[in-house]
Amino acid sequence: MITARLLSGRMTAWDVAFLLLLLALAMVVPLLNLVPAADSSFHVSAYMVSVLGKYLCYALLALAIDLVWGYCGILSLGHGAFFGLGGYAMGMHLMRNIDGRGVYGHPLLPDFMVFLNWDELPWYWLGFDLLPFALLMVVLAPGALAFLLGWFAFRSRVTGVYLSIVTQAMTFALMLAFFQNDLGFGGSDGLTDFRDLLGVSLTADGMRSGLFAASAIMLGLAYLACRLIVSSKLGRVLVGVRDAEARLRFLGYRAERFKLAVWTFSAMLAGIAGALYVPQVGIINPGEFAPAKSIEAVVWVAVGGRGFLVGGPIGAVVVNAFKTFFTGNFADYWLFFLGGLFVFVTLFLPQGLFGWARDRLAARKGGGVR
Amino acid sequence: MTTTTSILNLDGVTVSFDGFRALNDLSLQVDRGEMRAIIGPNGAGKTTMMDVITGKTRPDEGTVVFDGRHDLRRLDEASIAQLGIGRKFQKPTVFENLTVADNVLLALAGERGVFANLFSRRLRTAGEDVDRFLGIARLLDHRSRMAGDLSHGQKQWLEIAMLLAQDPKLLLVDEPVAGMTDAETDQTADLLREIAEVHSVVVVEHDMAFVRRLGVKVTVLHEGSVLAEGSLDHVSRNERVIDVYLGR
Repeated sequence: MITARLLSGRMTAWDVAFLLLLLALAMVVPLLNLVPAADSSFHVSAYMVSVLGKYLCYALLALAIDLVWGYCGILSLGHGAFFGLGGYAMGMHLMRNIDGRGVYGHPLLPDFMVFLNWDELPWYWLGFDLLPFALLMVVLAPGALAFLLGWFAFRSRVTGVYLSIVTQAMTFALMLAFFQNDLGFGGSDGLTDFRDLLGVSLTADGMRSGLFAASAIMLGLAYLACRLIVSSKLGRVLVGVRDAEARLRFLGYRAERFKLAVWTFSAMLAGIAGALYVPQVGIINPGEFAPAKSIEAVVWVAVGGRGFLVGGPIGAVVVNAFKTFFTGNFADYWLFFLGGLFVFVTLFLPQGLFGWARDRLAARKGGGVR
Repeated sequence: MTTTTSILNLDGVTVSFDGFRALNDLSLQVDRGEMRAIIGPNGAGKTTMMDVITGKTRPDEGTVVFDGRHDLRRLDEASIAQLGIGRKFQKPTVFENLTVADNVLLALAGERGVFANLFSRRLRTAGEDVDRFLGIARLLDHRSRMAGDLSHGQKQWLEIAMLLAQDPKLLLVDEPVAGMTDAETDQTADLLREIAEVHSVVVVEHDMAFVRRLGVKVTVLHEGSVLAEGSLDHVSRNERVIDVYLGR
């Protein structure tokens, strides 16, 4: 009820349509996976459920990026770092769940630690056998990193392209660190060979459908939270930070605090996206920290349309659907296509697919530009 | 507390940029409730003085005291603004992608914290306050327009509305009539005189007709220091002022 009151007058028809679509997906896809027989034309395969679930995680990551980029002017080229940290936190829980069923059969240690001749669990792996603790780390680890980096960067008034470079360096540094075997996160192989979550096998149809539905619902909740933020007075302040930060200071607003708050929140959303991603793809490795991954996520937002919230998720799904198609058929041309798409959108659709479609619809109805 | 009558007290302020002394042992005192006009040729240090008062630039030497007790050298822009110093910029700076009403809403005094803004009810409740300031600035008919679509003169007025909405104790107004028509200039002078009845105001301006219309004490800056001070007629007769500025 309180939420309904808070949201009254703040949601557009697009918001409602997007949320209803997510709700429908959360119910229909699992149903089509579980109910029809495997040879029915209505059947959605377990593989397809995981692929779609993966798209939804990317959509959540894109939403997180659009919140800081579209509304606060912070172009992050390192959101993959937060996504990866959330993924690793979940991966650590899944590793602890293997529980003596690994190749080496050690009762406590994951295989890679046995292989490295370690004889006890490092202190930072403690507690991850408990799902609530792991879930807490899913938001706290990326949140803490974002808070620290943001606290120093925003306080020193590092902005624009310099800040983007700092975020890029952050994810690159994490990638190098996680490649180290000694760090205790499985080195270049990362964490994999997961068995179950909440006592249910990860490969069970019900589990895949459950993870898909959880991804859809989480994306919906995150979208609502972001909409609440950008439609509040805080959202106006953020636009002020984006467009005229110095002016805002002379009105008495500490721009750096606003940036820090929304930046940290965005990193937590990215962490949740990573945590939902890992059990659906079955692996997390340092490749997730690769700078190119973060840049690709920014391209999704640019393609879908920056500064609408709904554009990021649209771009993430569209680009990744193309990617699945291309890498399956013409793998060599994927990067050329991605680059071409980015150039095309920047030149001809500066407001992205969503901005373009909305303006076309408004024009057809005889309305104005907006 | 012998200085309680002055709202602003600059004493021996020096600011150097790469050896160039933008302000050179500048001392200036503005009384509570006073309106003061600052004039001076380009490069006299007018804008640097504003920067020092609002925390944008730190002075190398000297003291800057606000309201008899706040040492402004130690504070950043946001703290100084919260203390009650409002600034209108030379080049009108408004939030172009927000509506005119939202620009004033952001300026309204209070609610400067992150959570105060997240849970603010003002989007629904502050309409009357916003309209009051828009009314003063004659922008009521434009409240729902994007601020970026306003004319240059309207943006100047919007900035003044925002300045008033901040409810500052001291207003610093940098070239308020630059780019305005004569009629707009006259209206602005009337508005500033009205504002000065309840606020302390410092106006920097090039336009002599405008300064004359304000009819207040004038401080002439030259090469970062005070050259003369007094009524416009008084400083206009000053030989040195004529040499450097008026009699060119």
